[in-house]
Amino acid sequence: MAVVIYLYAPLITLMAFSFNDSRRNIVWRGFTLDWYKVAFEDTDLIAAFGNSLTIAAVSTVVSVMLGALTAILLWRFRFPLKPALEGALGLPIVVPEICMGVAMLVFFTQVMPWPTDLIWPLNLGAIIISHISFSFSFVAIVIRGRLASFNRELEEAAKDLGAGEWRIFWDVLVPHMRPGLLAGALLAFTLSLDDFVITFFTSGPDTTTFPVKVYSMVRFSVTPEVNAASTILIVLTVALTALALRLQGTDVARIEAGDGV
Amino acid sequence: MAKPPQKTIIRFENVTKRYGKVLAVDNVSLSVDEGEFFALLGPSGCGKTTLLRMLAGFETPSEGRILIDGQDISNVPPNKRPVNMVFQSYAVFPHMTVADNVAYGLKVDGVHVAERDRRVHEALGLVKLDGYGARKPDQLSGGQRQRVALARALVKQPRVLLLDEPLSALDAKLREAMRSELTLLQEKVGITFLFVTHDQDEALAMASRCAVMNRGLLQQVATPNDLYEYPNSRFVADFIGSVNMFEGRLVVDEADHAVVESPELPTRVFLDHGVTGAHESTVWVALRPEKIELHKRGEGRPMPDLEDIPEGCNVVPGVIRHISYLGSESVYEVEVEGGRPVRALRSNLTRRDQEDFTWDEPVWLAWHACSPAVLLS
Repeated sequence: MAVVIYLYAPLITLMAFSFNDSRRNIVWRGFTLDWYKVAFEDTDLIAAFGNSLTIAAVSTVVSVMLGALTAILLWRFRFPLKPALEGALGLPIVVPEICMGVAMLVFFTQVMPWPTDLIWPLNLGAIIISHISFSFSFVAIVIRGRLASFNRELEEAAKDLGAGEWRIFWDVLVPHMRPGLLAGALLAFTLSLDDFVITFFTSGPDTTTFPVKVYSMVRFSVTPEVNAASTILIVLTVALTALALRLQGTDVARIEAGDGV
Repeated sequence: MAKPPQKTIIRFENVTKRYGKVLAVDNVSLSVDEGEFFALLGPSGCGKTTLLRMLAGFETPSEGRILIDGQDISNVPPNKRPVNMVFQSYAVFPHMTVADNVAYGLKVDGVHVAERDRRVHEALGLVKLDGYGARKPDQLSGGQRQRVALARALVKQPRVLLLDEPLSALDAKLREAMRSELTLLQEKVGITFLFVTHDQDEALAMASRCAVMNRGLLQQVATPNDLYEYPNSRFVADFIGSVNMFEGRLVVDEADHAVVESPELPTRVFLDHGVTGAHESTVWVALRPEKIELHKRGEGRPMPDLEDIPEGCNVVPGVIRHISYLGSESVYEVEVEGGRPVRALRSNLTRRDQEDFTWDEPVWLAWHACSPAVLLS
């Protein structure tokens, strides 16, 4: 119980005070939804939220495709330096985020400068690319885990019944990977939506994301509007993560019975 | 009775398969006739599954060739071969309905929808799964899933149906029922069945012919009856059923009889047929437990007389050391003079039969001159 309180007390406080009828976060003055109204009317904040969603959506699609292909490559084939590639796949997970952020900053300013005057959403390119670079390895690991439970006899059965490689891929392998694909996608989406450090280093003056915007608001003053914005982010992330975990953990059969081809 | 001439459908010609330095299949030549229910039998790792997978196309022979209907199929990929397989795990596609599973092979072949539906319906009827078409595999029992796998393979009307350990995943009762059902199904569709099993009962019960394999080598190819009664080696005699094996010397070998002397038995073994082995060579006498008769031994009781054997042969004194009561029969472990344990099996023909003999009772073991099999290797 103490652990639960320890873990969640700050979050619950933050959420509770988003409903506080006061300009300061110190004293409870009564319940209100005003701060949510303020947050929703803050055009900068909404623009940042839109950016975040766009970045998350694009980077999710690309990471899932890249991650799935990487997972299949590692699962299916043997090739020189395979252990090295498998190790490298874990790197974005273990490398300190601040280092990733600095690396991305250096890369996008000195090696391949991303033009800043592009129209929306192309101006988000640098952020999207950096998000893909860390989230696709999470996706690959999730799908790799899913593939480990694949019964190779299914593939042989399809081949035995006359299917070629391409048909086997679409008819047998992809349906098996589906829960992994969904879980990986949700993971990539939440990772992208939440990311502050790497985004902070790669975002330009006109391309703030939701977490970066919240950070800049805090620098002025911690109003309950910040609390309200944070609460929205927390709820969104928790919901998506829970969904991802459920999809990963659910019995294969149940998922496949639920949304089979 | 002479068999009608059969057309050869599968021919393995000097097929060898190596995995690195390991010989999985060692120079196997084997023919299977059209319409046979053929079993590849052997302990795990004997190469039987490799042989089956080479026929399906999932493995390629290191040497030799495989012919189906006289055509060398060595270079034909698995999805183009006129064979279909029922996998050990059944490999039913979990995300498709039963009907979609069965239709899959036809869909891949581009069979027209109406024709496809008709054949799927027919195949499901054949395996007694009418009305199950809309179900998902996870709503089926293991036995039903196997039927789906069967229907899925049969619907393509293969030249040969391959079955990899078809009954090993079923429980004992269902396994028994499926044996006769598979034989009936095979008779009905008339397709050649080739199945792999490590279970000798299964092979004897279902197969019209069996090939016994050990360590990559083909040991014997024969009907179940011949395999059991006329094994050609110690391996086959021991692998199929239960057997008492005595090592001995061939002391008499005439056209119409032979005698073997074994240090493990106090009396000689008389046989009513010649052996055609070298005189004084080492041979093995294989004697099935059910072919040994048990007789009471003691004061005033005569020695059993089997009439077809000369005096002093095939009758051995011993003492019962252990009894396993199996219901329909009892297995008696008898220590014969000299200390060697010998197993004898006795059917419990009446309800009181198992009371005839008891532990530590002196008995005679006797067997007919035609019962032992003499093995040269």
